[in-house]
Amino acid sequence: MRVGVVTFPGSLDDIDAQRAVRLAGAEPVALWHGDHDLKSVDAVVLPGGFSYGDYLRCGAIARFAPVMSEVVDAANGGMPVLGICNGFQILCESHLLPGALIRNDHRKFVCRDQRLRIDNAATAWTSGYEAGDEIVIPLKNGEGGFVADDFTLDLLEGEGRVVARYLDDNPNGSMRDIAGITNERGNVVGLMPHPEHAVEELCGPGTDGLPFFTSVLSALVNG
Amino acid sequence: MARVVVDVMPKPEILDPQGKAVHGALDRLGFGGVADVRQGKRFELEVEGEITEERLAEIRTLAETLLSNPVIEDFAVRIEQPVSEAGLDA
Repeated sequence: MRVGVVTFPGSLDDIDAQRAVRLAGAEPVALWHGDHDLKSVDAVVLPGGFSYGDYLRCGAIARFAPVMSEVVDAANGGMPVLGICNGFQILCESHLLPGALIRNDHRKFVCRDQRLRIDNAATAWTSGYEAGDEIVIPLKNGEGGFVADDFTLDLLEGEGRVVARYLDDNPNGSMRDIAGITNERGNVVGLMPHPEHAVEELCGPGTDGLPFFTSVLSALVNG
Repeated sequence: MARVVVDVMPKPEILDPQGKAVHGALDRLGFGGVADVRQGKRFELEVEGEITEERLAEIRTLAETLLSNPVIEDFAVRIEQPVSEAGLDA
């Protein structure tokens, strides 16, 4: 299985994401923002960081990167795509996911181990969990507040498309404590905290993030 | 050349932490009587050639797709006086 990880100018977590893919048992494939080529990968991860310096808005310029037109087409065709943090912002700007992410309500950058509840274990990226599982993975963002209008929020809740919710303190003012969402089909997932930083006991709070990367392998095997 | 200005503001119902921070600073500086502050962005586009309705429509599309995110922001487009005239006045 080949899982592509896109590097934009300003991406920070692309190498960690590649490492997580490797630890999960797949072959990580480096993809470049300026390329019009997905190199025959089976899934794509958009990593965290500050693509194009996050000038204008988070993810707004990355949306128009050449590689993103391929990613959007592949996602619409059913390919699994996971956007983590800045990747989540890019997915919203690309209209692959609804809503938007704005500056944290308390105006401070947050960096901490965050407790989450997995609410939807039926997506391509969360099938390795049980719905209701509580996990701890790192969170680090300055613009992680998920916002959408009430209609969209009700739709997401009604269709079970909230993938993960913050437990304990809401770290950034996200509406309805939403930490991650999925598209209708369940192949595209956006998540604000970082599962790729919780894949080894030695580094980070544990290995609670690894199932995101093993889930997609079983999703690909089982079609 | 003409200058087209695009103003982008956070929608009224969307929290504006930057505006809140500025508002808080006003209080500390002793500037009273300001009930609220919203912070937006102003883009100045120097556009080549005549500004036709067609050209303006393109700029509106640009403002809607790249310069603003309609989920969280509103935008307004206006034409300022031609850049060359502005230069003469100065």
